[in-house]
Amino acid sequence: MSAENERTGDGGVETQEEPREESRDGGAVATDGEHLVELYKNMILIRTFEEATQRGFRQGKIGGYLHVYIGQEAVATGFIDAYKEGDRVITAYRDHPFPLLLGSDPKSVMAELYGKGTGLVKGKGGSMHLFDVENGLYGGYGIVGGHIPLGVGFAYAMKYQETDHICQLYLGDGAINNGAFHEAANLSGLWGRDGMNPCLWIIENNQYGMGTSVARSTAMTDLGAKFDAYGIEHEKVDGMDLEAVLEVAHRTADKVRETGQPYVVEALTYRTAPHGSADFFEKYRTKDEVKKWRQRDPVGQLEHKLLEREILDEDALEEIRAEMKETIDEATNFADESEEPSVEELYTDVYAGEDEYMGEE
Amino acid sequence: MPEKTYREALREAMVQEMENDESVLLMGEDIGVYGGTHLITDGLLDMFGPRRVVDTPISEGGFTGAAVGMAMTGLKPIVEMMTWNFSFLAADQIIQNAAKVRYFSGGQVEVPLVIRGPNGGGVQLSAQHTHSLENMYGHFPGLKVVSPVTPNDVKGMMLTAIRDPNPVIFLEAGALYGTKGEVPEGDNAVPFGKARVAREGDDVTLVSYGRQVNLCMRVADKLEEEDDVSAEVIDVRSIRPLDEETLVESVKKTHRAVAVQEQWRYFGVASEVAAIIQDKAFDYLDAPVERVSGAETPAPFARNLELAAFPNEDMVADAARRVLYEKVV
Repeated sequence: MSAENERTGDGGVETQEEPREESRDGGAVATDGEHLVELYKNMILIRTFEEATQRGFRQGKIGGYLHVYIGQEAVATGFIDAYKEGDRVITAYRDHPFPLLLGSDPKSVMAELYGKGTGLVKGKGGSMHLFDVENGLYGGYGIVGGHIPLGVGFAYAMKYQETDHICQLYLGDGAINNGAFHEAANLSGLWGRDGMNPCLWIIENNQYGMGTSVARSTAMTDLGAKFDAYGIEHEKVDGMDLEAVLEVAHRTADKVRETGQPYVVEALTYRTAPHGSADFFEKYRTKDEVKKWRQRDPVGQLEHKLLEREILDEDALEEIRAEMKETIDEATNFADESEEPSVEELYTDVYAGEDEYMGEE
Repeated sequence: MPEKTYREALREAMVQEMENDESVLLMGEDIGVYGGTHLITDGLLDMFGPRRVVDTPISEGGFTGAAVGMAMTGLKPIVEMMTWNFSFLAADQIIQNAAKVRYFSGGQVEVPLVIRGPNGGGVQLSAQHTHSLENMYGHFPGLKVVSPVTPNDVKGMMLTAIRDPNPVIFLEAGALYGTKGEVPEGDNAVPFGKARVAREGDDVTLVSYGRQVNLCMRVADKLEEEDDVSAEVIDVRSIRPLDEETLVESVKKTHRAVAVQEQWRYFGVASEVAAIIQDKAFDYLDAPVERVSGAETPAPFARNLELAAFPNEDMVADAARRVLYEKVV
């Protein structure tokens, strides 16, 4: 153990299994080159977007909290690829990639972070509360674990309404020790027994709840196995490998859709960026650890594959990067130049129906 | 008009809306097979089946949150909180999700959710099973909070609650499930935000809600008999929105007011009522507004202590006499 690891108590590295070779093959998923290129573009879109938000934050143009998805791109990109129209997606506050993947305009996503009236939720939610219901995104929630029961409720409603839609319910490893998680998992298993809970649980195990590693949070570090207590099947996937995620995502989404029963995928991933805007020192992990995971960066891995298989060459990669940069520059300019919401907006959307607001203004 | 119990009237409203609207469903602990701890939902499992009458495990946060999710996506759940005392375990779901998600989604979702159950004390359930939470939930923008006391109102307000596109905190007078009153057949929907003048009078206004309204009615009789005082009794019944106009109009007439609540004195609904009156009817007041509240203690068990912990006839009558500058014996 290095001195640095001793200091942090456990060093995230040892707590994690090495990604298994077999999951790296991507199983039997037939991802043609064109599809991979599309998904590569999505990942670059997210990465470029997130880097722009970090700049915006440093410039004081983004207020509040900011939690970026850098390092975890393969997870959302792979699972949202299995999204079908009518499905519902719910996640916690590390939510920027979801609207981008589900078809929201990057301009309105960025404008939301900038607190503008043109934002995705009119400047009323900010970074942690991105919603695009038309495209299946039902939030964006700020209380760790608090959104989980909602997703289980979505899944029940989908069966009650006799549809074949599913809920993709994302949660971090940090939510696993929260009461809301356990109560909701129990309900999901219980209702799923009668085919009333088509809920695909996706654990984005980035190995830290803020700065507390999985090993420092629970004596039982196999997070998927927590679901054994609730009668829900589970598996793991290497969340840094897009092709591995894709295979699992499509197979498990189909299964949940077919059975009406929940299923859990624990995606092992890593947040190479700081936890949030106030995570300056990262005392909870070593530089070596971050470096090691950066070598397994999902974007880098996919680039390597695209080159190796001669799907794209360096110039083509560079072209995509430039294209995405342009998209994000436009989004940033749009956000910058947009107006703040009108002050009248303060009192709208408090209540639905005729009495938009009750009380003194 | 037929007489029904509070319990029957409440059940009738839910059955009526379940028959009218497929998207209405019930959830809660022991509401199905058991028939409901307070027998409000007795027989409904047979009528509507287990998909619409959902027995839940004892996990208030989990099932209340799931109901919020259902409400956001097209269903109209009615959640039974076996008693409101258990809602603290669901407070994160009620306050952080149900009340706010419409706002922080920029108006993209609605939450047509009703959470109902018995509120308040009076039947020796002691500290952990005795709370009056109307001020707590009434504090949060995004929620509507009602507290009906008559069988007519409990049916009519439940109809309104189920049809409302917002989360409604429905606080039942748990001690009064067996009391009877006239309830019309069919649709007697009672709008929110309208207080009920339970008794007209000229000399002093007694303001309350829930089972304290019945107390105020007895006190009004007593004042008439013993003091020749004509008291007006206002049943607020809708805590949020609160009908300020009816309060103010009454005080303009009587010039004196006593606000009565079962809950603790500080930061309660009675304080809000007093503030509204001094804000909007200051020049009409002939005396400071009095508050009569529960004792500042956790609820005790022993019957005599419990009686001492809640407002009684003498406390309210004496408060009325004080604002009338009458001699208090």
